[in-house]
Parts: sequence; C-alpha cells; structure tokens
Amino acid sequence: MKAIVHVQLKPGVLDPQGQAIAGALASLGYDEVTGARQGKVIELELSGTDHALARERVEAMCGQLLANMVIEQFSVEILD
Amino acid sequence: MRVAVIVFPGSNCDRDVAEAIAQVTGKQPIMVWHRETTFFDVDLVILPGGFAYGDYLRPGAMAARSSVMRHVLDHAKAGGLVLGICNGFQVLTEIGLLPGALLPNAGMKFICKPVKLKVTRTSTPFTGSFTKGQYLDIPVAHHDGNYFAQKDELSRLEDNEQVVFRYENNPNGSINDIAGLSNVSGNVLGMMPHPERAMVHGKTRGDGYKLFNTLMEMIR
Repeated sequence: MKAIVHVQLKPGVLDPQGQAIAGALASLGYDEVTGARQGKVIELELSGTDHALARERVEAMCGQLLANMVIEQFSVEILD
Repeated sequence: MRVAVIVFPGSNCDRDVAEAIAQVTGKQPIMVWHRETTFFDVDLVILPGGFAYGDYLRPGAMAARSSVMRHVLDHAKAGGLVLGICNGFQVLTEIGLLPGALLPNAGMKFICKPVKLKVTRTSTPFTGSFTKGQYLDIPVAHHDGNYFAQKDELSRLEDNEQVVFRYENNPNGSINDIAGLSNVSGNVLGMMPHPERAMVHGKTRGDGYKLFNTLMEMIR
C-alpha cells in the first residue's frame, strides 16, 4: 500500500514562495495566474492491506510530525 | 549556574553560545548530544541556532522529536529555564512549549544584520535587569523568522504579555513585530536574534552579554 500526503499552508497564512512563483509566472507572460500556493507531497510506502486503518495511522502521523497544524493543513490518499 | 547546550546534527551556534556562557559564568556548559536519554540536572537548557537536521520537513520539526527533547519538556514543565535561539526558537514552537510557528521571511531572503529590539516584558529571568521599552542591539541571521500565530492565539499571547522582544524595524514580516516570545510563566524564551553574537559592542559589553549576565544573576 501507498499513502500520498499533501501538506499545504492553511488559507490566510502568508506563502512567500507561492507569491514568488505567481510573480515569476506572470513575468513569463502567463497573465491568467492570479495566485499560487506551494505545498509538499510525501509518499509513504506502507505494509498491510487495511485501507481504513492505514488512513487512521497516516492521519495520526500528520498530526504528530508531517504537518504543523498551527500553519498547515493536510489531505491523505491511500492507494494499493 | 549549571547550563546545558543541546547539540543537534546541523546546530552551528552551539560553540558560540557555550563560549558566551563561559565568558559570563566562568564555567563551560555541558554539551548534550540530541540522542541523550539520561537526565541532566541543570538550571538552564539552551537550544542553539543552526539548521538542525538541515531544516528537513520544517525548521525545527525533526529536532523537536528527538529523544533529548522529552527531558527538555520535563525540565520546562518543572519550571526550569529554557532558552531557544533562532533555530532553537523554531524547535520550541514545534514542540509546543511556545505557541505559533516561524514561517519563511516575507522577502524570501536570508537576513543577517544587526537589529534593534524593544524589550516589552521584563518579568522573566532573561530580561529582569532591563527596563520596559529599552532598546537592545542584537543581530539576526535567519531565513525562517517570520513569526505567525492564528488570531485567537495571537490575542491570547498579547493579553498574557508573552512578547518579550519586538523589532523596531520589522525585517521579516513577523506578526506584531514579534522577535522573542516567552511562555506564560516566563521560564521559556524563544528569540530569533542571536545574543551570543552581541557579547561586545565596540570596547564595551554588548547587549547579548547583558542578557546572559541577567540570567546568571537571577539564578544566583
């Protein structure tokens, strides 16, 4: 099994990297870009076959280490 | 004063702060490797500046979960003194001893320069000899010093007067100009500026020296 964890700054938290990306895209002529938010993707290789249990465990990992809940939010995908 | 300096892989101000403590107290602090699991009996624990674990995941995130930090937590909860400088401040927010978090600087640049700090809380063992509103010259050197707390948290820590230092000219976008923050009782202080880099000022003692000296006198 595999878990894909997306971690991103919460809405309203300043994201200077996202702003820099949006600025760079605008300077390349992509005028339609009105904003960018940067996050990270963490892929976890998991043993076991129980998706529900895996989700529960990965969400605990997010709360304990992978995301800082003061500034970040996360989402979890479990794949075979 | 018995002092321990915690050393993580990637700490780089551990020796500077040890030298600062030795200058003020006349005694070398104990250097404690992050894997240490036995108890150390000291008055003050210092989490030094640097890039513990290369700032992997988030600055301070890995360091906050290392085995020695359980002892630092116990020490803090028992009223022991903890000083987190720069990366050490980030570790203190990651472990939850201080509220909020430190984000990348608003300008996306590493900033290394002298700054003026206003002392806004003197009821801590770190700042007891300063006067409220006094300015200190202490340099900053960081990429992630942009302090952030959610609205409720921010008003709580302002109400509790937990802000110890504010920037005169905010260099990094830090909310409410926060440069240093304590817990409610004042025994835990996190600060982005580096007092160990302000031991001398021309031919006189620097404001960093005064901060460490205050600590020593408070403990004695």
